[in-house]
Formats: sequence, C-alpha cells, structure tokens
Amino acid sequence: MADEMTAPAAEAEEPKPKRPDPITTLLVFIGELALLLGRTVREIGRGGIAGSDLIEQMSSLGVSTIPIALLTSFTSGGVLSLYFTPFLNQYGATQFVGGVVALAVARELAPVLTGVVFTARSGSMIAAEIGTMKVTEQVDALRALAVSPIRYLVVPRLVASVIMFPIVCALSDAAGIFGGYIVAVYMENTPPHVFTDSIKNLLLPTDFTLGMVKTIFFAVIVALVGCQQGLETRGGATEVGKATTNTVVISIVIIYILNFVLADVLFPQ
Amino acid sequence: MTTSAESEPPVDCGICVQGVQYSVAHKHVLRGIDLTVKPGEILSVMGMSGCGKTTLMHCIGGLIPPSAGKIWIERDQIVGMKESALNHVRERMGMVFQYAALFDSLSVFENVAFGLRRRKHLPLPEIKEIVREKLTLVGLSGSEQLFPSELSGGMAKRVGLARAIAMSPQILLYDEPTSGLDPIVASVVDELIMQMRDKLGVTSIVVSHNIKSIFRISDKVAMLHEGELLAYGTPDEIKSCDDPVVRQFIEGRTHGPIAVARR
Repeated sequence: MADEMTAPAAEAEEPKPKRPDPITTLLVFIGELALLLGRTVREIGRGGIAGSDLIEQMSSLGVSTIPIALLTSFTSGGVLSLYFTPFLNQYGATQFVGGVVALAVARELAPVLTGVVFTARSGSMIAAEIGTMKVTEQVDALRALAVSPIRYLVVPRLVASVIMFPIVCALSDAAGIFGGYIVAVYMENTPPHVFTDSIKNLLLPTDFTLGMVKTIFFAVIVALVGCQQGLETRGGATEVGKATTNTVVISIVIIYILNFVLADVLFPQ
Repeated sequence: MTTSAESEPPVDCGICVQGVQYSVAHKHVLRGIDLTVKPGEILSVMGMSGCGKTTLMHCIGGLIPPSAGKIWIERDQIVGMKESALNHVRERMGMVFQYAALFDSLSVFENVAFGLRRRKHLPLPEIKEIVREKLTLVGLSGSEQLFPSELSGGMAKRVGLARAIAMSPQILLYDEPTSGLDPIVASVVDELIMQMRDKLGVTSIVVSHNIKSIFRISDKVAMLHEGELLAYGTPDEIKSCDDPVVRQFIEGRTHGPIAVARR
C-alpha cells in the first residue's frame, strides 16, 4: 500500500504538500478527538459494547494498573506526611496532620497520580496496540469484515477506562492515606487516633467522590487520545513509537490543564 | 441501499468501476479506471509494484474513498455511502490482504470465526463447523489453536483466505493471494479461487504478479500502469496484446519501455 502511494511519475509533476502550521494541527487534533468521541458515544447508544471485550479491557487497562498506582500513591502519601508532620508538630497543629494529608491525597494526589500512571501504562498500551493494528492492516481487516473499529476497539477501551479509573483512584486514596499514616505514626510518633480523628474532622465524603469524578474526565482523555493516535498511525514501527509517545505527552498535558480547571470548578473556595 | 436514478448500475454488474481516480498529497495514484467484472467472473489485475493495484482494491472494498468516480458492488453504488450502509455491502464481500492482516491477539479459530461471531451471531457449534470446514479447504485443519505468531507466512495467508471465505461472500477481493507460497500451495489456492467461482458463483478480483497463475484462473485480465488501465481483455487477448509495456511485463524482460532502474 505504501509503495502504491509513491508513483514516480506523479512525484515528478506535483509540488510537495506544505506542512500544516501548529495552530491548524491543534485544531485538526481537537476536531478529530471530538469526532471520535461523538462516534464512540453513538456506538455506545446503539448498544455497541460486547461484555467479553469490556471485561478484557477492564482487566488489561485497569486491574494491571492497580499495583503501580498503589505504590505511587502510597509513597507519595508517605512523603507528604514526612514533610507536613514535623512542620505541623512544630506549630502545635498535630491534630491537622491526618486531615491535611488525606485532603491532599483525596483531592489532588490520588486523581492526578492515577491519571499519570494510567496514561503511562494504559494510554501508551492503547496507542501501541491500535497503532500496530493500523499499520499491519488489521484495522482495515476489521472494516472488511463489516465490523466497526470504533465499536470493536474504541468503545471497550473508553468504557473500561471510565469504569476502572475511579476504582483505581479510590484504591489510590486508601494507599496514599495509609502511606501518610505509616509515616506519621511510626516515623513521626503521631498518636494513631489523632491521625484518624483529624481525617474524620477535616474531610467530607465529597472530597473523595469529587476526586474520583475528576478521574472520569481523565479516563475519557487518556482513552480517546490513545485511540485517536493509534487510529491515525501511518507507516511502520517508528510511527507506532511516535503515536505512543504522543499519547503520553498529550494526555499528561491535558490532564494537568484539566486538573487545574476541575480543581476550581469542583472544589470552589 | 437503494440507488438513485443517476446511479443505476451497469447491466450485468458484479463489480463495476467507472472513472475511478485516487489522489493523495498531490500524487495521482489512480487516473480514471474503468472496469467491469460480470457476476461469477474472475478478473485479475496485474502491473508493476506501485502502479495502483492495491489502492484500486482498497477503493473497491470501501476501505478508502476514491477522489472521483463510481464503484458498484452488484446493485449498490458504494462511493459516498455511509460506513453503516457500507457494512451491509461488506457482509457480501471478503478480502484477502497482501500480508494476511490476521488479528495477532486472536487464535486461528478466533480469526476465522471473527465475522461469524461479530456479524452473523451464529451459535458456537455452527461456527466451529464452518471454521473447521474452511480451514480444511485451505489445508490447515488442526491449526485452530495456533496464534498468528506461530504461523509461517504461507500459513498466515491461508488463514486470511479462510477468514475471507468463512462468511460465504458473493464477492471476493484477493491481494497477492499466492505470493510467498510454494508452488504446490499456490496451486491449491488457485484451485480454491476457481472453485469459489465454479461451485458458488463468486465474483472475484485478484491482484497478482504471478503471470502463470493469472492466465490459469482468470476470465478477464487487466493491466494497470502508472495509475492507468493499459490493457483489458481475456487471458488470450492479453497474451497476444501488442502493447510493448504489456509484452515486457508478461515476458518479464528487463529491457523495454518500463524503466526498471527507476524502481
């Protein structure tokens, strides 16, 4: 197919196409993402989710991400506690240690870290898998078999991400707070009940739930960008690598920008 | 899938291509191709690498939209058709890809059964029976549990063929079905292509470089050159064609109007 596109006679006649400018590229990218989201929602509306595909994706994208998400969150909660506990102890505010750590974990650390870990592991996997399928004509083979690539490839990955992201985030919440507890209690000698009481007094259930709501937006971004980059891959192994890298970079940038907006919208001061 | 008055298909149309052009990034890959394949006929398309054969096949399969022209699959004009409507046409078509394009995360059984499960929703015992039958036809019975990474190139190509015929299509598009196969297996594939026509009346387009195979299996032969249809006729007409490009290609000569050094 690739060599079909490089007819030498045609090459001699026509000027090379100009590279689009960055603004055009950005607008095209946003348009493609919106279009892909629209098509995916339409496929979901038509009942286009095969249970077996969904479970498989929930396992490969979500369950496999849990160990690294827990580790990241646990250590980050511990580090947060390591910084805050001596500082708060110094000002006689030991009773705030648990609350401060849990608040930071629930609102910010767990959702964003889950987003980053999910992007690094699952987003890259989505792009690499679909990109490889694209360059080896497997996506064309799907279409030739009258099976929509959106229904077969995008829908299960998007839905699985939306389901699994908040679950992983909830587990990360627990791991982060536990990390903070271990450090505060066993390294900084904070009484256990002071740590737990502080969480009860300072945190609302919405701090957890809204943090998990954030991850639903992140899930849509990671899955969509991964699928879009994969489906737009042309060429060979190098382009698959580029699609994978692009997915990670683009998703993380969008997650951080979106996180800033959502922090203001979901947790107004 | 009704066709409007201005899109009435030509008479006796299995696959009809009218004025199809395809350009990408200012390159003209196809420059107005006209072809007609009658129902139950085998048309072979030959030509140098890069002449637009695979692009033409992808246009006919609805995988890429031509820049201009019309394509009829039996009574359905597919250019400009929505993907969902196109899927109904594709249910009557099968495609064999140049590099097999097997789903590498699925076993041979799952590959061949893919369309039967996803589109036809047949019960499992029936699917198993069809898969077994098609794999036997291509000489691969007993390989159901293997994965594409465990197959040789020739085996993968035959699994691709089994997958294409599993849905019992009325139209089959083959892209280099015998390339990379040993002569005996290539003959088996040739015979299978002819069997599909003789027993089931399947209309086929075969893209190939294998001159011997082309003249053996085809009812009509077309030669593309630099995106244009250079010759079209029965195998005997093509064999006796005077065009120097056609002659050079058929005879496999390095000297002639086709500039081999440029490729």
